[in-house]
Amino acid sequence: MSTGNSVILTTENVSKRFGGLLALDQVTLSVKEGEIFGIIGPNGAGKTTLFNVINGVYPPTEGRVKFRGEDVTHLQPFDMSKRGLARTFQVVRPLMELTVRENVTVGACFGREHLPLEKAEKVADEVIDFVGLTARTEMLASKLNIAQKKRLEMARALAARPILLLLDEVLAGLNPQEVADMLTVVRKIRDQGITILMIEHLMHAVMNLSDRVFVLDYGAQIAEGTPQEVSNHPKVIEAYLGDPKVAQRFLEGTA
Amino acid sequence: MKTLSSPFIWIILVVVGGASLLPVLTNSVSLREDMFLMLMLVILASSINIIMGYTGYVSFGHIVFFGLGGYLAFFLMKEFQVHFVLAALVGGVGASLIAFLMGIPVLRLRGAYFALATIGINEAFRAFFTNFDLFGGSVGMFFNFAVYDAYGGAKSAGQFAYYAMVVLALATIATSFIIKKSKFGLGLMAIREDQDASMVLGINPVRLKVLTYTISAFFPAVAGALFFFKNGLIEPAPAFELHRSIEALVMVMLGGFGTVTGPIVGAVVYERLRGFLITNPTLSSAHLVIAGVMLLLIVLFVTAGVIGWVRQRVPALRRYLE
Repeated sequence: MSTGNSVILTTENVSKRFGGLLALDQVTLSVKEGEIFGIIGPNGAGKTTLFNVINGVYPPTEGRVKFRGEDVTHLQPFDMSKRGLARTFQVVRPLMELTVRENVTVGACFGREHLPLEKAEKVADEVIDFVGLTARTEMLASKLNIAQKKRLEMARALAARPILLLLDEVLAGLNPQEVADMLTVVRKIRDQGITILMIEHLMHAVMNLSDRVFVLDYGAQIAEGTPQEVSNHPKVIEAYLGDPKVAQRFLEGTA
Repeated sequence: MKTLSSPFIWIILVVVGGASLLPVLTNSVSLREDMFLMLMLVILASSINIIMGYTGYVSFGHIVFFGLGGYLAFFLMKEFQVHFVLAALVGGVGASLIAFLMGIPVLRLRGAYFALATIGINEAFRAFFTNFDLFGGSVGMFFNFAVYDAYGGAKSAGQFAYYAMVVLALATIATSFIIKKSKFGLGLMAIREDQDASMVLGINPVRLKVLTYTISAFFPAVAGALFFFKNGLIEPAPAFELHRSIEALVMVMLGGFGTVTGPIVGAVVYERLRGFLITNPTLSSAHLVIAGVMLLLIVLFVTAGVIGWVRQRVPALRRYLE
C-alpha cells in the first residue's frame, strides 16, 4: 500500500449551519498523503457540504480546515486551487460552449502550476489522453454524454496538477462498464501519487478502492476505519438499513 | 507575440483598413462621414463584446464611457487647447479608471442586476453632466472655431479625426482578438460558462472581470472623444444616449456574440439597414421598432448570430473564423 505517514488534510470540529439545519456537526477527519479516503453516508448526510467547506465554497460555521499544515478555513476556492486542491462536481459542470481541450486547458492554466497557455494546452492533451477522451478533443463539452462529461471533469481537475483531488460521486449515473473504466482511472491517479478524497454511493466501488472510509449521517461522524471495519459497524448498518435488530429479524424471516 | 502570427486577424485588419481607405481614395466626404460612423459603431460593438460576449456580463449602459471620454477630452481641448490625440487618450484612460473603480462593487453583481446597475451608472452620469455647470450643464459645451486652426481648419481636423478613428477601430479589433486567444480570454470564457465552476478551477472572477471592464471602457471613450472633437459640440443627451447602447447590443447579437468578427459584421449590417430604413419614407419612423424585432428574432432563433451560425453549420471553419 502506498499510504504515506504525513497528514495532508484535516478538518477539526467542523460544523456548518444553514439557518435551522445543522448540515455538519463537529466533523473531524484527517487524510494521509497517498491514500484513497472514502466518504459515505445516506442522502443528505452532508457529504457534499463537507466538500464545499474543504474547498472554500463557503466557510464553516465553526471549526478549522488545514491543508498541508496551513490553516485554509477562510480561503476562496481559487486560492485552494493554487495550493493544489482540485475537485469534480456531483452534478457535472462542464463549460458547455467550450471544447474539451479548452475546458481542460482552463484547469491547467489556472491550477497549481499556473501554466502559460501553450504549455497548458500540452498538459491538457496529455490529460485528455489519460482519461481516454482524445477522440473528442475538439468537440464542444455540451455534446458529450454523461460518462464523457464525468471524464472531462476528471481531466479538468487533473490538469491542475493537484496534490489532493476531491471526487464527488464520479461513478453516479454510469453503466457497469463505464464504472469499471472509471475505477481504473481512479487507481491510476492514485498511482501517480495524488491523494484522493472521494464521496461515493456505489458501495462495492468505495469498499474496493478506499484505504479508509469515513461514514457521515445527519452531518455527524458515525464510523471511521478500513472498509471491513466500517461495513460491520452496527451504526453504519442502522444508518443504511434502519434498526439492526429489525434488519436481523427481517433477514431471519421472523419479522 | 504568437497570437499575432495568425493569418485570420491580419485578414480582418486588412479588410477593415482597406475599406477605411475608400473614402480617402475616392475623395468622397459623404462616404467618409458614413465610414466614420460605421467605424465608431464597430468600436462600440467590439468593446461591448469583450465584456458581454467573452465574459457574459451584459453591459447595457456601456455608452456611459463614450460620453465620459467625450466630455473629458472635450473639456481638455476647449479649456487647455490640448492636442486632440492626447486629449482622447486622456479621456480613454480616465474612463478606464472610472470603470475600474465602479467595477469593483458592480461586478460582484450577476446577470440582470449587473445589467441594471450599468443603466443606473449611465443615467447618473448623464444627470451629473446635465447639472454641473463646469461642463456646460444641460446645454453642453461647444468649440470656438479657433480650436480647429491648430489642425489647419475644420475640414482637415475632420480628416485627422477620421484617421484616428480608423487606427482606433483597428486597435480595438486587434485587442479583441488578442484577448480572445489569450489565457486571460480563456478565463473570461470560463466565467461566462459557469462562474462557480471557474472559481474552483482557480479563477478569481472579480479580478478578471474588473480588468475586462476597464479595458472595454477605454475604446468607446476614445471614440467618444474623437466623435465630439469632430462634432465641435457636446451635450449630455447625445453623449449618454441609452438607445445607442442598446443598438450596439443588437449589433453584437446580430453578428455573433463572443466572436471577433461578429460585432464588425453586426455593426456594418445594422448600420446599412438603419440607413435604408431612415431614408425610406414609409419606414423611417420605425427603425427602432425593427431593431427591437430583430433582437427578439435573434434571441429566439439564431442566438449565435451570423458568425456563430456559420461556425455551427460549418465546423471546419471553427478553427479559422473567430
